[in-house]
Amino acid sequence: MTGKAASQAWSSHEGAAALAAPASTEKRRAFDWRILLGFFLPIAIALLWEAAVKSGLAQGRLVPPPSRIIATLWGLAQTGELWAHTWMTLWRVLVGFVIGAAAGIVLGAMSGANRTIRQLLDPTLQALRAIPSIAWVPLFILWLGIFEASKVALIAVGVFFPVYLGIAGAILSVDRKLVEVGHVFRLSRIQLARRILLPAVLPEAVIALRSGLGLGFMFVVAAEFMGASEGLGYLLVDGQQMGKPDQILAAIIAFALLGKTADSLLVAATKPLVRWQDTVRERL
Amino acid sequence: MLSLEHLSKTYADGTRALSDINLTVHEGEIVSLIGGSGCGKTTLLRLIAGLDRESAGRIRLDDEVLSGPHPAVGIVFQEPRLLPWLSVSDNIAFGLDGLSAAQKKARVAHALEKVSLVEHADRWPRDLSGGQQQRVSIARAFVTNPKVLLLDEPFSALDAFTRASLHEHLLGLWEETRPTVVLVTHDVQEAVTLADRAVVMQPKPGRIFDELPLTLSRPRDRTGLPFETSVRRVLTALDHSLKAPQAQPQRERDRQAAALWW
Ligand SMILES: Nc1ncnc2c1ncn2[C@@H]1O[C@H](COP(=O)(O)OP(=O)(O)O)[C@@H](O)[C@H]1O
Ligand SMILES: [Mg+2]
Repeated sequence: MTGKAASQAWSSHEGAAALAAPASTEKRRAFDWRILLGFFLPIAIALLWEAAVKSGLAQGRLVPPPSRIIATLWGLAQTGELWAHTWMTLWRVLVGFVIGAAAGIVLGAMSGANRTIRQLLDPTLQALRAIPSIAWVPLFILWLGIFEASKVALIAVGVFFPVYLGIAGAILSVDRKLVEVGHVFRLSRIQLARRILLPAVLPEAVIALRSGLGLGFMFVVAAEFMGASEGLGYLLVDGQQMGKPDQILAAIIAFALLGKTADSLLVAATKPLVRWQDTVRERL
Repeated sequence: MLSLEHLSKTYADGTRALSDINLTVHEGEIVSLIGGSGCGKTTLLRLIAGLDRESAGRIRLDDEVLSGPHPAVGIVFQEPRLLPWLSVSDNIAFGLDGLSAAQKKARVAHALEKVSLVEHADRWPRDLSGGQQQRVSIARAFVTNPKVLLLDEPFSALDAFTRASLHEHLLGLWEETRPTVVLVTHDVQEAVTLADRAVVMQPKPGRIFDELPLTLSRPRDRTGLPFETSVRRVLTALDHSLKAPQAQPQRERDRQAAALWW
């Protein structure tokens, strides 16, 4: 929701900048205070719960109050455990994401650009997509062992499908009218790909990568459930087995922050490429 | 000289979009194609531009038979078709390959000036009005100095004021290198304002019904009697083409009458 507001502010800022330079600085300074409204509900609930536990109205054993969650997070950070677990999870997601996204981009591009390859490849991939990815877990463990390889493979599979579908779909939906502009100026196939197809698919490619990354974070939890001695997913399982709900919630918060940060970095890194876009798609 | 010889186009679904088109356009001449929608005007331009293949006949430019997009043939589409990820000046420079950066810059700067968009050079297409976008598109086509320029109802989506100013920009650019121009329009006034000859087309199958020379001197006074008379002549021909779809036009007599009148 904040993303939506921010992107609207961004696009109107662009429009204003084009009209007159002084107006744009005005716009930049004006801050939309309504964004803060979104924080109201979670903070109010947290404070109420805190008060309820403090006053003895609630026990807070299964649902620990915010202060205890923060204390647990702080404690984990102090001992360095939090960073070790976070780093492990991040590393798994990154490796799985890179492998899955690379495969998705290459196969998606081939499938989108060439009809024969599409007819050869797409039915099989669509069939594989129908399988819930978690169902691969036993096979991956049999094939790749219980350590890193099987975890990364599961994450890569999760990342692959949205990226593959997004890239192939983006290429197929490139406006024929713009491609004709390339034909009129007699671009070669390679020039056409570089000067028209690539820029045209970039916005959708970014969206595909973002949903891939989101799924990567979903699947790392599953992967770490299937037997890990490190990682934020391990903290979850450990918290359940040891009856420590504050640790579970601390890990959940760490997951949320990590996922949001990774997504924001991806958006920031790709923003210069899709600046020209006349939409507020990045709200997605 | 651009010549279309027995040109026909039947689409894959059996639509006979064009049937036996014969037309010669002289160097530097502005010919306007007029006709209702579905006459095959767009199809004709797409064939000349090399975006579609003819089913029969051929297209010659001077001594060369055209088969596919040709560097000497430029086209302005009905929609601006600007590349949204390129700035205005990069859009204009899109077809300028094989020139040095300095040459490119000079040509683009000149084109920007000709279409009065100098101050918009660095903006995105999305920040331009429809008329400004179409000017960019015209500049993009002119900047490569084509021998033949095809325009497919380029002003049809614009209001009358914008259209009149675009006519001036177009003629200003045309004056410089005097390319051969084929302009598709459904606006008779526009045809009489711009063209040396009006070619009236008829649908099902698309064919040429009549040709009328428009010999008014330039710049044309849109309020004068000769202008009015020409508009009326073209309208009459259009009327005949609609009323008597199979009738043969009395081309010769018309021409003689025109010659007498002028
Ligand atoms: N790609 C196509 N496939 C089949 N029929 C087409 C195609 N393009 C145009 N036509 C048909 O050819 C005829 C001429 O179309 P067009 O050249 O667009 O006419 P105009 O530009 O004069 O309106 C129409 O009947 C149209 O439906
Ligand atoms: Mg048309």
